[in-house]
This record gives sequence, structure tokens and C-alpha cells, in this order.
Amino acid sequence: MDKIRSYEITPEHLYLSRRKFLIGTGAVAVGALLSACGVKAPASSPTASGAVAPTASGAVVPTATGSPPQAGKGTDELGGKLTSYDSITHYNNYYEFSEDKAEVAVLSQNFKTSPWTVQVGGLVNKPTTFGLEDLLKFTQEERIYRLRCVEAWSMVIPWMGFPLSKLLNQVEPLSTAKYVRFQTILAPDQMPGQRDSYFGWPYAEGLRLDEAMHDLTILATGLYGKPLPPQDGAPIRLVVPWKYGFKSCKSIVKIDLVEEMPVSFWMTAAPDEYGFYANVNPDVPHPRWSQATERRIGELSRLKTLPFNGYAEQVAQLYQGMDLHKFF
Amino acid sequence: MHTTMNTLRAQWLRIAVHVGSLIPLAALIWDYFNNQLGANPIRDMTLRTGKTALILLMLSLACTPANTVFGFRQALKVRRALGLYAFLYAAIHLLVFAGLDYGFDLGLLQGAILEQRFVLVGLAAFLILVPLAVTSTKGWMKRLGQRWKTLHQWVYLAALLVIVHFVWLVKADTREPLMYGAVVVLLLVVRIPRIRQMVSNVRRRPRNKPDHLVIAKEAKHLPQ
Repeated sequence: MDKIRSYEITPEHLYLSRRKFLIGTGAVAVGALLSACGVKAPASSPTASGAVAPTASGAVVPTATGSPPQAGKGTDELGGKLTSYDSITHYNNYYEFSEDKAEVAVLSQNFKTSPWTVQVGGLVNKPTTFGLEDLLKFTQEERIYRLRCVEAWSMVIPWMGFPLSKLLNQVEPLSTAKYVRFQTILAPDQMPGQRDSYFGWPYAEGLRLDEAMHDLTILATGLYGKPLPPQDGAPIRLVVPWKYGFKSCKSIVKIDLVEEMPVSFWMTAAPDEYGFYANVNPDVPHPRWSQATERRIGELSRLKTLPFNGYAEQVAQLYQGMDLHKFF
Repeated sequence: MHTTMNTLRAQWLRIAVHVGSLIPLAALIWDYFNNQLGANPIRDMTLRTGKTALILLMLSLACTPANTVFGFRQALKVRRALGLYAFLYAAIHLLVFAGLDYGFDLGLLQGAILEQRFVLVGLAAFLILVPLAVTSTKGWMKRLGQRWKTLHQWVYLAALLVIVHFVWLVKADTREPLMYGAVVVLLLVVRIPRIRQMVSNVRRRPRNKPDHLVIAKEAKHLPQ
């Protein structure tokens, strides 16, 4: 299994070129007027049987063993281009700072990420408080994942991190532990949004234990080979690529193994719209908008949304027999 | 002298309305060509044109109360321009959504309308504005006579549908659309005859004129 080397990743100066965008949208506007544009499927998609063809770059989507997908140069395993560093760091849903996606980067620039501790406890044999330096001792690997927001836009992001399972194994969950609960820092002195009591702070999220132990689930500490910037959830965050982005809790300070299903921030904000599982599913619409297509940031046409965000091979078996409409 | 002042004021107001209404469009075009629309330009264009359309619609709806409450007669002269600019931005908003975002793909658009209720009410609001824009001319006012007023009262429904559209498209925080909604409701409520009477009675009466002459004068200013 080849590691993806840093130099194979497209350099971070992959800014959306202005000319390309102008010509592109101009062409789309004119072209669209002449004929209806179709919807593009991603460069390569799994066949119904689950077998996958190699992508153009030669990378192959792995079998359902849960091993991380291989990516080609500057793309994810389906051939989707990496989103520019500029976009990833200036288009952020981080309501702790602002509801304005472009403002988050501005308001979070002085966010203190050191010293930082993550308290891991609950139903475990060895409750431990990890400093950030302890967490960086786990081997950090590059994982190129798609991030699909519930608002129907998506990105392809080259994270640096390590599987959450490594951390959980170290603290030894008890047999009574069924779920993992995550909590974001509560810092209203630094986070203007947390002074607004409209939402219930601090941000909390949860995973079923098998979801948390899956190899795809990582704790990310970096992005494009550099440490996470504050607006992307510095210094450490969760990334669960087959679920809607709001599950990927940012700036984590507490991880607990629990018996009861955790109630997340968004479940509290709108329980009929945001569920616990939040698996990406084009067939289960949000009550007020469709999840069938998405806007890939940086691309001109809408893309068809894939079941489990294109990770069905690796994770579908976790939900066998579950009514995904009921357990949304 | 008094009339000249009023004419001058009306002229300046007209200029301000035309310039002010076109600034958001100019800013949008400038930002587009200078790549200042952020990581999701299509969404940015959609939201900006939508909000501008709503604000201009509200300004148009504010003209009549501006007159009945504050006696600001010149407002009536810019009511149509504001309404038409609102329609312009609403049309651009719709084109960005249907054309740039959805590439005029009829299948996708059908899905969007049927599965996304905020799209449905937005479209409904726009469809109401179309005949209003078309019949906004003096020619049509003559042609329709009394029915023109009845037709143009549909703008009240359009405004309410736009608020519902806004409420239904935000993620969870409905405070902003509800604030706009409160203003729209206010602008509609102030038109209810009983309320309008109460409010315009609050305006100071000229000392020297006997009441029956004041009422006659005010009757000329009352909107049709």
C-alpha cells in the first residue's frame, strides 16, 4: 500500500485562476442558453455491483476492508480535483465565529491553539488527558477526503491526521461503551458567536462506536501538509467523510465514551432536519432542500451526490438493515 | 417657489433612486470580474441579488406609507421605479439560479422545484411580479382602469411569499428573514384603512386651515 507523498499533492498555490473562471462561467452561460447542460457524475463512479474501475491516474478505490482510498496526483480516488487552499480556508461554516462563511477566517485569526488539551474519558479503562504534542506522536498520514456539507456543497481536502481508532484503543473503551461523544471548546472570549445564546454552546457531536473505530474516521491536525488554520478547526478536529460536514466536529477538547446516543448541536437546533447519523444520501432529502446534487467548490457544473459521499464500499455494511430514511 | 422646491426634490429623489438601485448591480459585476465573490461565486451572486430584490421591493412598498404617514409626496413618484428595479434583481436572481447554478437542466430544475419548497414559493413570488412589471406603464393603467389597482395589490402577496422563501432557505437561524418579515408586515398593516387613518391623524394639522379644507387637501395626496 503506497503512501501518498506530499509532493504528489497539488501545491497550495492552486488558486482558482480568474481567467479560467470568467471564461468558464461565460461559456456556461452561453452554452446553457443554447442547450441544457447535463449533470456531471464524478470522473469515475462505482458500478452497481460495487466493483470499481481504476481512475484515469491509475489509482484504485479499495475493497470494503475499510482501508483508506488511494488518491492520484492532486485528486481524490474518484478523480475529483483538490479544492484550493484558498477556498478551504476562506469558506467555512464555523458559527462559533460567524454565520458568514467568509468572515470566519477574519474573526478567528488570533484564536489560541496552544496550549491545548483533549480530555478523553467516560466508559474507558484509562481516562487520559492528551496534550496536542501527545496527539502529534501518533503517526500523521495524509488522507484526501471529500467533505460534503448538508447545505449541498462539497470540497476535496488533503487532511493530515491519524485514525481515531488509534486513540480509542489507547484508552481502552469498556464493553458498556456504545457511542463516542465529542465536544468543541467553549471560549466566548475568543469566539463571538458563542456569546449569542440563540444556539446551544458548546458544539457537541457523536458517533456510534463502530463508526468511530472505522479506519476512515480520523482526527485531523493538518491540511495541505501544514497545521490546521483556526477557521478549519485548529488544532485538532474530527473528519468523518461519509457523513455531512457538521458531524466533523472542530477544535475538540473532550472525547467521551458513553452508553446513550449523544444529542448533537444540530439535533438540538432542528431535530426534524438534522439527525444523529447524517449519512450523505441523495435519496434522503433535507426537509427543505434536495440532497441529490451538490456544488463542488471550484467547479462549474453541479455534481450528482453519491451515497455515503462515495464511500459506500467502505461503510455501507455498518448500516445494513437500517432504514436510512428513519435514521437520517 | 414651493412648487419649484418640490420639483427639485422630486428630481433629486429620482436620481438617487436610479443611482442607488444600480449600485448593487455594479458592485456585483465589479466583484465578479475581480474574483471577489468568494469560494462559491454562484451562491454569492444568488444571495446578493435576492437580498437586493427584497430590499428594493420593501422600499417600493414603503412609498405609500411614506406619503400617508409623513406626507412625503415625492415618494409616490419613485414607487414604480423601485418596483421595477426589484423585478430586475429578482429576474437576475432567477437566471443565476436556473442558468448558472442548474445549467437550465429541466430535469434538475423540476426536481428543485418539487423537492425544495423554498424554490416553489420563490418562483410563485416571481410569477406574480411578472404581470405587475408588464402592466407598470401609464398605458396599462389607462387600459385597466379600476382593475389596475386590484391587480397591483398582488404585490402584497408577492412580498409575503418572498419572506417565506427567505425563511425556508436559511439553515436554522431564522432571525434575519423574520426581521425583514416584520418590516414587510408593518408596511402592509399601515395600509389597512383604519390604521392608516390613525397614523395620518398623528401628523400635525396646519394651524390656519379649517378642518374641512385640510381634509380636502389631504384627500388629493391619498394614494388610489
